Amino acid sequence: MGMTMSEKILAKAARQSEVKAGEIVWVKADIAMMHDLLGPWLIDGGFRRLGGRLFDKEKVVVVSDHCTPPATVQQADILKFTRDWARNQDLPYYYEFEGPCHQVIVEHGHVRPGRLILGTDSHTCMAGGLGAFATGIGSTEMIGVLLTGETWMKVPETIKVVWDGELPHGVYAKDIVLKTIKDIGHAGATYQTLEFSGSAIRGLSMDERLVLSNMAVEAGAKTGLIEPDEKVIKFLRSKGVTDEIDDLFSDKDAVYTRTLHYNASDLEPQVACPHEIDNVHPVNAVEGKTVDQVYLGSCTNGRLSDLRIAADILKGKKIANHIRCLVVPASQHIWMEANKEGILDILTEAGCIVNMPSCGACGGFTSGVIGAGEVVMSSSNRNFRGRMGSPDGEVYLGSPATVAATAIEGKIADPRKYLLQGVR
Amino acid sequence: MSSTIRGRVWKYGDNINTDIISPGQYMSQPVEKQAEHAMEAIDPDFSKKVKPGDILVAGHNFGSGSSRETAQMVLKHHQIGAIVAASFARIFYRNSINVGLPVVEMKDPSVIREGDEVEIDLLEGKIINHTQGTEYLGTKLPEHLIEMVQLGGLEPYLAKKLGIK
Repeated sequence: MGMTMSEKILAKAARQSEVKAGEIVWVKADIAMMHDLLGPWLIDGGFRRLGGRLFDKEKVVVVSDHCTPPATVQQADILKFTRDWARNQDLPYYYEFEGPCHQVIVEHGHVRPGRLILGTDSHTCMAGGLGAFATGIGSTEMIGVLLTGETWMKVPETIKVVWDGELPHGVYAKDIVLKTIKDIGHAGATYQTLEFSGSAIRGLSMDERLVLSNMAVEAGAKTGLIEPDEKVIKFLRSKGVTDEIDDLFSDKDAVYTRTLHYNASDLEPQVACPHEIDNVHPVNAVEGKTVDQVYLGSCTNGRLSDLRIAADILKGKKIANHIRCLVVPASQHIWMEANKEGILDILTEAGCIVNMPSCGACGGFTSGVIGAGEVVMSSSNRNFRGRMGSPDGEVYLGSPATVAATAIEGKIADPRKYLLQGVR
Repeated sequence: MSSTIRGRVWKYGDNINTDIISPGQYMSQPVEKQAEHAMEAIDPDFSKKVKPGDILVAGHNFGSGSSRETAQMVLKHHQIGAIVAASFARIFYRNSINVGLPVVEMKDPSVIREGDEVEIDLLEGKIINHTQGTEYLGTKLPEHLIEMVQLGGLEPYLAKKLGIK
């Protein structure tokens, strides 16, 4: 019997020739990733009580991204603690003020096909867009990983999500993933892997593939995987990765719990409405809803191609008078690239405010939280009650194009009318 | 952690996510401050009304969303005895076991009423409702985790495994 990609990666991590879904195995992590808010600050006590020795500091990556820039003294203290901890442990890989950890570890070449990546953040699954088995764990579990390099895992079953066909203009990876989550439900993939495949997925850029894997956890999934291809190899080479990269694919006779088939050419722009991620409707169902803030950014949709799309729509236009439009590139690297291309000029001339790469507004931590009664249209990944600030606020989620069109009108808007036919 | 827990029930619905249990905007504050805001988006009186040993009973997908262990920290700060739900989100379930916060799944938690006095046998997966005089079967703890739960969580389990006193 064949194996899925998940089974192959976990078999390797468990040093077994094969594993089957449902089996419980002890696995060795290739990368243990922590961020400031759920990392050293929380685990240091337990870590030290248990000896305080890292299993392999080359495999530990710490990224300060949630408290950056600090909005309060407490956040500044957490940031300082994290920085000092990384220095005291003599960590070779510590990043701060560079952007959300998921994007930063991709850009720095830590994410590679076939690796097992454990991180203290639920969106760690984003690394699956490059074919890594990546999943979020808690801080206490991370203590065990830091000390031994290992944890236990139940090998997940896999749901195959096939998107064939070609996306219409104005429709993007975000719309694919929102529609998928709507159908699977926000707990429909609990304990399982979502494996995205089909010609529409293969046609997506690296930037867009990461949107799908990023949001796998929003369907409850343990991870979201896409078969790595030449685009992934090319991307890794561009990041200076010279190691040989093994092929990774699910066998033809691998077992899936179910398979969903979609035709991408039928898809319209989708919006997730408050306060649940699977409360998804075509944009036309919510068109005209007045917003107070627009947020273009996050590890989900703050990459260069996202900013380009927004700039295409906003070029020569102005955002609506009554709103704020916050733009947060997903990394410092993306910020610089967008700046070189003149994208940041276009966006600021349209009236947007460009903030530094951070998890800030998306998680309701810093730099753009919302008040009671305020409504946000956001390109991020979660619309739970209170997610971006007040529990009496409302968060709608959509693609960067939908976000940019909404910025112009000050009301939720269909982006297709702002895009030329054929332009994607 | 004792393997039986007895306490009074507070009822909640489906999808009690981590932003509700532990709102992001308070996560950098000391745990006692964070705990004041636990569940407030849906139950503003939560932090005032819960007493040590109380048991939360909820529907599907309890703890969905973030990997933040502050969710467990604030519930433990209030000395919540256990959580019974129709289902749990994956990371929340693992984190709860790791920090010694008992979690039990049962098919239809709606039969339990707010204020009921409930006793849970973690190893047997048994839930006894003393108020209603009924008994329900919950899921048993997976075998490989029994020792971890009996020792009180991952940290004492690791201490034993690594031979640290």
